[in-house]
Amino acid sequence: MPAQLVEGNTAVIVGAMYAGCDCFFGYPITPASEILHEASRHFPKVGRKFVQAESEEAAINMAYGAAAAGHRVLAASSGPGMSLKQEGISYIAGAELPCVIVDIARAGPGLGNIGPEQSDYNQAVKGGGHGCYRNIVLAPNSVQEMCDFTIKAFDLAFKYRNPAVILADGVLGHMVEPLNFPQTAVEPVIDPTWAVCGNRETRGNLVTSIDLDFKELEAHNLNLQAKYDRIRENEVDYEEYRIDDAEIVLVSYGISSRIAKSAVDAARREGIRAGLFRPVTLFPFPAEELKALAERGSGFISVEMSDGQMREDIRLATGCRDVGLVSRYGGNLIGRDEIMEKMREVA
Amino acid sequence: MASKENVIGSAGMYGVFERKGGSAPTATHYCPGCGHGILHKIIADTMADLDIQDRSVVMSPVGCSVFTYYYIDCGHVQTAHGRAPAVATGISRAEDDAILISYQGDGDLASIGLNETVQAANRGEKMAVFFINNTVYGMTGGQMAPTTLVGEVTATTPTGRDPRDSGYPIHICELLDTLRAPVYIERVSLSNINQIKKARRAVRRALEIQRDKKGYAFVEFLSPCPTILRMDARRIELFINEEMEREFPLKRFRDRSSEVVPIERRESDFSKGSLDGIFGLIGEEEVEVIPDPAFVAKGVKIAGFGGQGVLSMGLALAQAAYRSGRFVSWYPDYGPEQRGGTSNCSVVISGESIGSPVVDHPDVLVAFNRPSLEKFASDVRKGGLILYDGLAGSFNPPEGVAAVPVPATEIALSRGVEQAANTAMFGALMELGNLGLPREAFGGAFKRTFAKKPKLIPLNLEILEEGARSVR
Repeated sequence: MPAQLVEGNTAVIVGAMYAGCDCFFGYPITPASEILHEASRHFPKVGRKFVQAESEEAAINMAYGAAAAGHRVLAASSGPGMSLKQEGISYIAGAELPCVIVDIARAGPGLGNIGPEQSDYNQAVKGGGHGCYRNIVLAPNSVQEMCDFTIKAFDLAFKYRNPAVILADGVLGHMVEPLNFPQTAVEPVIDPTWAVCGNRETRGNLVTSIDLDFKELEAHNLNLQAKYDRIRENEVDYEEYRIDDAEIVLVSYGISSRIAKSAVDAARREGIRAGLFRPVTLFPFPAEELKALAERGSGFISVEMSDGQMREDIRLATGCRDVGLVSRYGGNLIGRDEIMEKMREVA
Repeated sequence: MASKENVIGSAGMYGVFERKGGSAPTATHYCPGCGHGILHKIIADTMADLDIQDRSVVMSPVGCSVFTYYYIDCGHVQTAHGRAPAVATGISRAEDDAILISYQGDGDLASIGLNETVQAANRGEKMAVFFINNTVYGMTGGQMAPTTLVGEVTATTPTGRDPRDSGYPIHICELLDTLRAPVYIERVSLSNINQIKKARRAVRRALEIQRDKKGYAFVEFLSPCPTILRMDARRIELFINEEMEREFPLKRFRDRSSEVVPIERRESDFSKGSLDGIFGLIGEEEVEVIPDPAFVAKGVKIAGFGGQGVLSMGLALAQAAYRSGRFVSWYPDYGPEQRGGTSNCSVVISGESIGSPVVDHPDVLVAFNRPSLEKFASDVRKGGLILYDGLAGSFNPPEGVAAVPVPATEIALSRGVEQAANTAMFGALMELGNLGLPREAFGGAFKRTFAKKPKLIPLNLEILEEGARSVR
């Protein structure tokens, strides 16, 4: 299998191109800009479409347009830009269009800085824009997964006609690791039953999210809820590490989950029965699986670079109020020793 | 009774407005005297006449005309307030043959969407933008628009628009006429039959330009909104002809349609072979990374000024480790001082999958300058090593840490390539780093790092060896 050392942001473009994505619309923002750069470099070589948009809003609305035409579209940004994109994402969700959006999260709030943080969790996982909707959210933790999850996100986005978000961070975006390149390339087929392409076959189609009739809009919302339930039922993904006899379960995603994993090994060497539960999908959240661990009697510590945004979901899933939190802010990664200290405290 | 309302049909409009439905399936939802109905019909007639309905997609904007898709028989995409030209851009780029029509009112186009308007025009996107200027927000409740006249009373200018508070009406045609890319710009009026005939010609020209894929066309329509402006038919006609036209003179600003060539875009290539080609995978050798739990992981931090090759030395080390079958990660740290200041990177070399790619306590620190040496020396593990450029001066390392000066810059200068100091340093790392990598892996990395300048490899191999000798 051909492999190269590749940067995480580049791996997103590799995944997108092998997944049959042929439209990228972006706006510069650190630490996501390399996705824009790589798209500008590679897309035109194979006739795929690249536009540097005038703003984050314009970029996501261009994505909305190309998605409405049934194409595979990628958008990417970081926190401040993601905030601006929320209007468009709400429209994409409301109109039930497939679109993949990558968030290379940075430290906030406000302008913050360009270091990593996982504080966009709520924005990505709970909807983020106006109205009741959900994004499918995948959380890679390696360069390989930056590529593989982008491909998977396109599959899910089209399977459910829904926005799918890759929630990563500045470290995953900028780090270089080996990447095994995809073995197949998707040749996408446009679905003429809903796309609006400017041709005879799709002339009667309409992409919209407005419905002035209260009953109809309620029915639309209920349909969306039913879709999200199907996603919850079928698409939960997670990883477990040394969980079988674990008394303390670290729950962690993305880059933090790698540090948590090394903390588990270190804790085991000290005789602490630790394990790692890593949600791969943040929506749908692996609630049932965590609940089963709680029923078994495990205690939980959420390891995340935010103020316990994911911890709230762990509490809801497990019914445990007493879920520990190890977190850092401001661009600082969580240290293995900080996790160890917390585990020693509760062991 | 309403269902039998007598509506004169149009070839480009649906016969029955099914999406609207209700008790009057052939009546529109627009107020009597509204300009939208007139313009819808002109657009639909023209589309049918030019035989472009299959290719046409109308952006339904926010506002009264959001329901354009009840009426005009073509594809439709409803958009957010102000974003129609961006959405149309997306469709146009995805579908090269599609004809895009961005239908927008004054608040939509000239206020919340002014940026999208100007930028789509400036890119010369293939779209016809039809701008309905009636000086007021309609559906939202009669608020001041960017085109509201000075002194005009609206819901938010109850004593009339006062330019000292709210500025002056914005002239969009004139503004767009400062740009190079637009093919066609005209301002017309829908105030009476004679004006409507001229407006029809402008719509036709704009859509012919789209049919022929020639680029961006913009038509502004001075349009009646008698309901919100509380005027009767006679009065609104006078308002447009006298007051609006005084502010917004009717004019063809440009028509370059006869001089421009069609814009054609390539089709997307989805073949795997093309992708493998652009990513350089053809002939790429395979690397097997074998777990080796006995291998003690090494963390290396490389730091210096920007331009000293700090990051590229880290990448060379990562290549050397990867091609030796180790797990490896490289991570750059851009501090707040990244522009013209110091930079550093972390390289982790391991026999198993790597946790954090950030090296807080390096086994080896490579420092290209004094500030980096002072900043990171105290983080080095006991038993660790510091390699630093001799030009940084003498240095007393922390207890239990060895520090070796390397004449890296000196070697590079003697070879006449100052930027090769990192290669000399790389040689010193090969000699003393104790990273568990075969010697040949270091020089072997240049095949990757100098892939674009293979001529430089022999010289760099010499400098690598000289760097190694200098610390032997």
